[in-house]
Amino acid sequence: MMQIFVEGVGLVGPGLCGWQASQPLLAGAASYVHTPTVVTASDLLPSAERRRVGIPVKLAIAAGCEALLHAARDAATTASVFTSSQGDGENLHQICETLASTERNISPTRFHNSVHNAAAGYWSIATRSRKPSTSLCGHDSSFAAGLLDAAVQVIVDTDPVVLIAYDQAYPEPLHTVRPINASFGVALVMTPQATSKSFAVLEISFELRQESETRMQDSSLEALRSGVPAARSLPLLSKLARKEAATVFIDCAAGNQLRIAVTPCC
Amino acid sequence: MRPVAISEISIVNCLGAGQEATIAAIRERRSGLAPCNFETAVLDTCIGQVSGLDEFHVRSDLNAYDCRNNRLAQLGLQTDGFGGAVSAVAEKYGAQRIGVFMGTSTSGILQTEIAYRHRNASNGALPADYHYAQTQNSFSIADFVQRYLGLKGPAFVISSACSSSAKVFAHAARMMSAGVCDAAVVGGVDTLCLTTLYGFNSLQLLSPTPCRPYDVNRDGISIGEGAGFALLERAAEKPAAGTMMLLGIGESCDAYHMSTPHPEGLGARLSMQGALDTAQLAPNDVDYINLHGTATKANDASEDQAVFAIFGGKTPVSSTKGSTGHLLGAAGITEAIIAMLAIRDEVLPGSMNTKNIDPALQCNYLLDNQNSRVRRILTNSFGFGGSNCSLLLGTAE
Repeated sequence: MMQIFVEGVGLVGPGLCGWQASQPLLAGAASYVHTPTVVTASDLLPSAERRRVGIPVKLAIAAGCEALLHAARDAATTASVFTSSQGDGENLHQICETLASTERNISPTRFHNSVHNAAAGYWSIATRSRKPSTSLCGHDSSFAAGLLDAAVQVIVDTDPVVLIAYDQAYPEPLHTVRPINASFGVALVMTPQATSKSFAVLEISFELRQESETRMQDSSLEALRSGVPAARSLPLLSKLARKEAATVFIDCAAGNQLRIAVTPCC
Repeated sequence: MRPVAISEISIVNCLGAGQEATIAAIRERRSGLAPCNFETAVLDTCIGQVSGLDEFHVRSDLNAYDCRNNRLAQLGLQTDGFGGAVSAVAEKYGAQRIGVFMGTSTSGILQTEIAYRHRNASNGALPADYHYAQTQNSFSIADFVQRYLGLKGPAFVISSACSSSAKVFAHAARMMSAGVCDAAVVGGVDTLCLTTLYGFNSLQLLSPTPCRPYDVNRDGISIGEGAGFALLERAAEKPAAGTMMLLGIGESCDAYHMSTPHPEGLGARLSMQGALDTAQLAPNDVDYINLHGTATKANDASEDQAVFAIFGGKTPVSSTKGSTGHLLGAAGITEAIIAMLAIRDEVLPGSMNTKNIDPALQCNYLLDNQNSRVRRILTNSFGFGGSNCSLLLGTAE
């Protein structure tokens, strides 16, 4: 079991305009109203980079910045773990269309944006952070993989870590073979010890699956949770918003799960 | 970081399949690079291709995973007795206690590139035999390896471009340190595809000749493909003399540009210093450095400054990319394994294809093999997005 402290959250998704604004509906005190995900490129990026980034990078930077602001922590001194089930799907589609044509010259920007760690790269440029950063993929279990890895890093390196998970819907024809419902980004700032900003403690265990995954009560939020890998975080966010002690289960690959005991603190 | 022992290794690339083929090519100074004849690519460049993959198929129960990348992974697992060694270790610890952490840059993207040429004429749909999750998705390589080996522990893919399969060592070491697993299979697999060939071509970074790291006339990379695997276990309190060890790990970001390294190698310096710090070693404890050494003007110039700033001009350094090509997401572990073989067989690889060392570069760059007994080697891997990782490897005393 690993014990870590949460001091900041960031959130952007359909009907979810930031962690601060979304807490009442995640706590069940307000009803969910679907609106498309709104996300713009961060002002922190130099103007040339701002024009080049796709939706996934915008999601990652928006969620990450909100979480660090909430935690009152400097991104330049915070290690980062990025996780996504796929990266930039629109960019992949454009590259594959070009390569299937007779004129195969893909643009340099499309190519460097095609790497899975594009969000991490732009994040480090935007925040001037040279701290260790990683970029993970676990298909449907990408959020669980990221949370496990970030918690391990917090414990072993005894340093704060920002976890940033994001996903974007593919365009057709890829959407049919890999349906993802919406654009969604979430970030958590985690520390090894309690700080003045800590508001919850998480006790995380990686174990053989014994319980079914925790679901959302609201049917629209449940559809979002099951339809977007990064939104597998919603039950955890809901418990954090409720400020109640609870246990959340999130599925991992190969028949495993994360057991996360959430306790409000401080 | 708790010390980590490297119990088994396996390697496949254009030099051949297995440790012996790789070290023999290095000893005999053979490069595996040849003019590009891959798939439908029409490009004036050289590649490091693994032969026989077109005829190879993955194990029949994993048919949906069949693609060039997973074929090469299976070939790697069948090489150097690696799969069998993992089975023995799974008996010891239990399948749930062994993690699988794989690095790749492009996974099975070639399947998607081909599928896009065969879309349904009326509705644009992809062919029915296209398996997205098992081939295109980056996780497919960890999923495939885990299923092939029958393991049940934590598994994910690290995809940070060309540092991916160096970083797998860092993730595995932390997971073992935290007690999430007792052992880990780490690996890197990347295979030739049109995205990287035409992508690097668009950046004007493909050399028309076999790549020439550190040469005054170096003009870009040669792309290769390969697989490398290592089995990691927690080291004993006092490991037996000669045990291969992961001594140190450094990770950093350039925070500079998506596809150009920091001009003074600032991120590279942080990464190398991080490896020395975790190993609690000084620069003169390192006997040889296997450079990232891609043979682009920018990489070699920036890396040279970074290495020189920390190690000065005496420590022997070289890049093995003139032999293997740039294996992208598989480069990190491939070069880590070459470093382990260099320690085992007491040969430091001289650079292939390099004729005249760029006088602007200051490090002690090896043009010829050097037979010497070495104990500790640093290996660098730097990727797009400014992602850097350095590993320090050596034998226990």
